[in-house]
Order: sequence, then C-alpha cells, then structure tokens
Amino acid sequence: MPHDRLGRRRFLTAGVAAGAAAATGAVDPAQARTYHGEVPWLPHAADAPRPVRGDTYLFFTAEEAAFIETATERLIPKDDLGPGARDAGVPLFIDHQLDGAFGRAARWYMQGPWAKGTPTQGFQSRMNPAELYRAAIKAIDAHVKAARGGKTFAALTADEQDKLLTDMESGKLDLQGVDAKTFFTVLLQNTKEGMFADPMYGGNKDMAGWKMLGFPGARYDYTDWVGKQGVRYTLPPVGIMGRPAWTPKS
Amino acid sequence: MASKLPAVDALMIGFGWTGAIICQELTDAGLNVLALERGNWRDTPTDFSPAFIQDELRYRYRDHLFQEPARVTLTFRNNSTETALPMRELGSFLPGTGVGGSGIHWNGQVFRFLPYDFQIKTQTTARYGAQAIPADMPLQDWAVTYEELEPYYSTFEYIAGISGQAGNLNGQKTAGGNPFEGPRSKPYPNPPMKQVLGTKLFGKAAEAVGAHPFPCPSANMSRAYTNPLGVQLGPCTYCGFCEKYACGNYSKACAQTTILPVLMRKPNFTLKTQSEVTRINLDSTGKRAVSVTYVDAQGEEYEQPAELIVLGAYILHNVHMLLTSGIGTPYDPSTGKGTLGKNYAYQLTPGVDVFLPEDKILNPFVGAGALGMIVDDWNGDNFDHTGLGFLHGGYIGAYITNGRPIESELVPEGTPKWGAKWKQALVKNYLHAMSLGLMGAVMPNRDNYLDLDPTYSDAYGRKLMRMTFDFRQNELKMQDFEMGKMAQLAQAMKPTSIKQTKRGPHYDIVPYQSTHNTGGAIMGANPSDSVVNRYLQHWDVSNLFVVGASAFPHNSGYNPTDTVGALTYWAADAIRKQYLKSPGPLVQA
Repeated sequence: MPHDRLGRRRFLTAGVAAGAAAATGAVDPAQARTYHGEVPWLPHAADAPRPVRGDTYLFFTAEEAAFIETATERLIPKDDLGPGARDAGVPLFIDHQLDGAFGRAARWYMQGPWAKGTPTQGFQSRMNPAELYRAAIKAIDAHVKAARGGKTFAALTADEQDKLLTDMESGKLDLQGVDAKTFFTVLLQNTKEGMFADPMYGGNKDMAGWKMLGFPGARYDYTDWVGKQGVRYTLPPVGIMGRPAWTPKS
Repeated sequence: MASKLPAVDALMIGFGWTGAIICQELTDAGLNVLALERGNWRDTPTDFSPAFIQDELRYRYRDHLFQEPARVTLTFRNNSTETALPMRELGSFLPGTGVGGSGIHWNGQVFRFLPYDFQIKTQTTARYGAQAIPADMPLQDWAVTYEELEPYYSTFEYIAGISGQAGNLNGQKTAGGNPFEGPRSKPYPNPPMKQVLGTKLFGKAAEAVGAHPFPCPSANMSRAYTNPLGVQLGPCTYCGFCEKYACGNYSKACAQTTILPVLMRKPNFTLKTQSEVTRINLDSTGKRAVSVTYVDAQGEEYEQPAELIVLGAYILHNVHMLLTSGIGTPYDPSTGKGTLGKNYAYQLTPGVDVFLPEDKILNPFVGAGALGMIVDDWNGDNFDHTGLGFLHGGYIGAYITNGRPIESELVPEGTPKWGAKWKQALVKNYLHAMSLGLMGAVMPNRDNYLDLDPTYSDAYGRKLMRMTFDFRQNELKMQDFEMGKMAQLAQAMKPTSIKQTKRGPHYDIVPYQSTHNTGGAIMGANPSDSVVNRYLQHWDVSNLFVVGASAFPHNSGYNPTDTVGALTYWAADAIRKQYLKSPGPLVQA
C-alpha cells in the first residue's frame, strides 16, 4: 500500500502541466478529437490536479493577508479540539484559490446586463471572487478605520471582530461599493473549504481538519469496514499525495 | 460559412447515458452512427483514477466534471412577473458535460416509476374525481403504460447491473423488497448492497411505525458483475465518493462502465468530442430534419447531414436546442397553447437531520451513493389522498452516502454557522448524525415552463433558455404532510435531537437539491398537448427523436435515471423494429 501511494505521488508531480491546463476551465482544442474503432486510452494522459507548492502568498497584499488571517481564525477558531483556520493554512489556501481559475470565475457566466435580483436567483455580482475579496477587504478596513480611529480589522478585539462579521452575515453592515453579505458568504464557504479540503491545496495542514472530525481522507476502500457496525475507525487519514509518514527521509 | 460534411445514417446529439444506449442499438441495427459530444473524452483510467478522484474541492466545489455556465447556462425566475437573471454559477442542479454526461457523477439510486405515474390523470380521476386535479395543473397520462415499459426497465437494469431486492416478481409479493412497486419480470441482476448501522437504524424505525422499508436499488455494484454486453464491473468499495464524482473502481454504472467498451470498437460508430451542436436544420417543408450545425473547439462551424437525428443531451439542452432551432410551438402560459417548454418539473427534497447518541458511531465516510433504506408508503398513490389537498408524494430515504467533510455539515438546530460553538457542534456530531430525505414529486403547473430569454445569450450567440419555476400549492402541501411522516420516522430512531429543513416556500436556485430536471419536451397521445409521441418521436419532424427526462409529463417521487434508461430503450426498439422499416410518423396525429 505505501509503495502504491508513493507511486501516486510521483505521478501527480509529473502531471502538473496537464493539471494546470485543465484547471483553467477554458475550451482546450487539444481535447477535440474524432474517435473511431477504438477505446482511446493514453497512458499518463490522466486528468491530474495541481497541488500548491511552497507557502508564499501569490494574491494577497500584506494588509489583505492580515485581514484574512484574522477573519478566518474568528470563523474557525483554535480551541481544545484542534487548530483554527490560521494554523491550518486556510489563508494560504484561499490565496491560491483566488490566484487561480476560481478567483477569475473562469467557469461562471459573467456577461451583463447586471441586476441585483432576488435571493433565489443567486450570485449576481459583476465582481469575480478575486475582485470581490480585494474590494471587500479594502472597504471593511476603511469602515473600521473611520469608526475606530485608524484601527484596522485585525487590530480590533476578538469580540469586536465577531460583531462585525455578524453584521456582515446578517446584511446589516453597509460597505461602500461592495455587498458585505455576498462577501461574507464566499469567505465563510472558502474558509470551510480550506479547513477540510485535501491538504495538497494548501489548507487542512497536517490533515488537522480531518483528524478533528475523524475523516480518513482519500482511502477509497472501506470494504473491510462496511460490515463493522458502530465501531470507531482506527486508521489515520491519508491525503491524495499520501501522508508525511510515507515520505522517505533523505 | 459552415463546411458541409458527408451524410451519416444516424446522428446522436449528446453522448451520455441516452447517447450510448441509442448508438449501441442503432449500430447493432447496422446503421452508420455519428455521435457529437460538446465536452471531452472521459474514461475511468484517464479521468476517474483513484489516484485523485476522491477530491472534494475539485469535483464538488470547483465543478470539474460539470457544465460550465461560461459556455452555456440559463436564466431563472420564480414567476412571470419577475425579470429572469442568469444562473452565473451552478447550484441547485449540476448538469454534466463530456462523454458519459451527468451519468458519470450520479449517486446511482435506481427506481422504477409506479404504474400510477404513467396513467396519473386517468387513475387520479377514477379514484378521486376530476375535481381533484386543480385547474392550474396540466396533468397528463404518458401515452405509454408501465406494462409496456417493463421489459425496457429490465433491459436497462441488467445493462447497469442494479443491486436490489425485488418486491413484486410477476405479481408475487416478495419479502424485503418494495411492496408498492409494479410487477417486475425478472429479479435484480445483483443482490442488495450491504447495509450499515445508520441505514439499519432507519429500517428498524420504519418497521416500528408500520412502514415497509427496503434497500435502495443501486447502480453501485454489490459484487463483481458482467453485463449482457460482456462488460465487467467491479464490487463497490463503499469509498464515499459517488455523487458529484466519477467512480475510479468501475463500480458505478455509467456509459463508460457498461456500454462504451463495446460501442467504441464498432467499425460503424464514430464519436467527435468538443463538438457543440448549435442548431438542428429543417428542410423547406419544416417536416424533416436534414442536418445539424456544430462548432468545434477552434470555433470552426460544420454542417453535418443525417437521415435520422436523435437528440439526447441533458434535458435542459434538449429543450433549448428545439427552441433555438425553431422546431415546434413554444408554450404560452397566458393562453395554454403551444407545447414546447410546457410541464417543466423538478424534485422537492426537504430533509430531517437526526442526531444520535454518542454510542452510535456511524462512520459516515463508509458510504455509497445508493447505500440506503427506503420507504415508499407515502409515494405516488400508495396511500389515500382523500381530503389531503395534494396529489402524489415521494419516497423517504435514509442514505449513508458519504462523510465528505466540507459538504457534511450536520449540526443541531440553533447552532451558529461559524465560530467556536459551530466548531464544537460539528466535531461532536460528525460521527453520530445522519439525514432522512424526501424524494418529492413535482406536479406540472401552468406557470412552470421553459422558453427563450429576451436579454441574455451564450458563448455561441444563442439566446439563453429561461426557466420560470416555483414550488406550487401541491408541492407545499405535500411537503407539510411528508415532513410529518419524516419527523415521526426520525423520532422512532431515538435521537438526541432532530432538525427539520423544508424547501421553499419559493424554489431557490442556489443550494444543491438534485439534478432531476424534467419535462419541456413531453410525450403524449396528441400533438396538441405534447412535443413527442409515445416513441419519443417529434410530432412535427418524424426523423427527429428527443430522448431523456425532457419527455416526462410530470416528475415522480423517485430519481429519474431508471425511467430515462427504460424510455430510451423503448424508443430505440421502436426505431429498430418500426421506423427503420418504414420511416415516417409512428403515430398518426
């Protein structure tokens, strides 16, 4: 089993370029083909994902990072159960998501005309997620600075931060030029994603989110467990790229 | 100008479940068949590999296998008085794209509709009187009966290797199955899935309240299986990544795991990917389809002539294609005239979360898409509706499909959505909570329909389709009734608490509910109230067949795929045995 997983890891690294193309969400002319008299199966042509490398912010400015690190930690705070969003790498996860296809809304329909619509009609902002984060963080810090003598959001107390987040969630906070409730919804969703997504995307560091819940991750085979009724699962979680114990020490 | 290509005998638009079935059947009949698919080639080893398919972020939250609204979407409003706005990102339903279509990312819950469904108007009138059908409900019989469709249900279930327990075999009730189902001519090809603690607890609770639980018929394999085409599927590993994911183990029936290994090798079959059909072209009489226009990935436009055209894209695209091609008469809700776009329906899916004591360890990640126990006691006309003020119903199911941690957010009533209390509740309940759900029927309504949007267009310059849809009185009254039953079942599981989540009152296109869109190009006995005849042949254009859930005159209280598969085999058989011998209308209008 460990051997297989190491093989998987090497394979994933080799597949980075293909994954990068696939992640744009755009039409890929190389995929257009005529198939006749065969089941096409190209070895190593697999649709591999693109893992996050390194721990450097690609999208956030220092001010934006200060907001995100603080706000996500309020949404999922550190406690006896496990790390909070900041220590789990959620800010790095969101940063890389905003720097990629998600941030650009590459798959979304982004043509006008634009109207606010009813709540049941869904997302109608002309800003893609990257633009929304940028505009919202700027507007929130401007709001706090004006109200609190030059302080940024990150400099407020935890209770004050929670109060502001609650006002965003309920739609009570009126920001200049950006819908606070829409931003809060996206921020909360992305924070939960970063806490619990596969660690290859930069969050869920050391599988802390999974360990907290008892989710075994990418195991994919519970044949031996389906007949065990009401017994706690004992094996540690694995990620798509394996887990640290499998990495050979050099 | 479009380059004109050499003609083919038969042309398939869309290459998912229905496309694979039609192409397999028509190539067997000796035709040269070309399939045009808008998306990419996809297969188990290259695209669904267990090296990476269990990736919740990429597949569920970044929509990797789904349709891209950037290329084509629709606009939506609850009522004709509102301005429809584009569905900018996917939400309520998740149509697929690429080879295999939406059929690769389904859960695999496989139900036949009831005999009642196919004769719903006749039987409702007979039992409750004509006044039981409200004036704004264009309820229609299907022009095909359960008995006629039964062999084709069996064909699909054997091709797909369904795991289940028959409840009615040739009229004999059999223990452990669904006592309300129509008679089946053969048992399921595979035994039911193994049940886990959560589904067993529900089964016991259902028996305690006098209901009739049975295991969900499943397209996840309960054992290794070789289907009638000789294609092999492997046993399900209960990995917990079915719906919204493809299967890496060849354990979930889809076009790739059941039909394509045979079809793709046939010399009289050709598939072109990244070929988006933008229009079906008619001759000057308007009675005959001569070709389709499609655009390839480079933006080049082609005209592909064919003798016979089968439209089998996702239901929403079937209707859109007919609307943009100007085939048929669009439905007008103000006059009730026209048929195209009429009787659009969906699924009503409220739920009850059940929080169990900490000694009940459910391990929700040990799950499968169709691992569940079902009760059908309050579905269809299985119970007396006298005085209830609504028709139909739905099945109530308890599934353990997954423990995927972004999506599995079961916290008790009153828990905040974030912060320390949310985190504590999430961790406390993760291993001990599960959900019951209703697969609620949606009856047609005069004001629920599909037409073309006046404002927005797609990447190919076509007008977007406009969906006008809301839950109406029938759905809301039925939901209240079924929620009572679900709460009773939930309480019988001896929980520490339950949380009831209704849908509505207005349909919301944001939260995921189901990819069970139906109607818009419905089948019927008469061209005045339907788009296609009983063989899914277009009433106006006899060399065009429109297959899929677009043909459903209403949506039943079950998942639609089994009925889509059965209707497709039924239509294919009519083409082979009747149409090819004597091309022309199979039913005289």
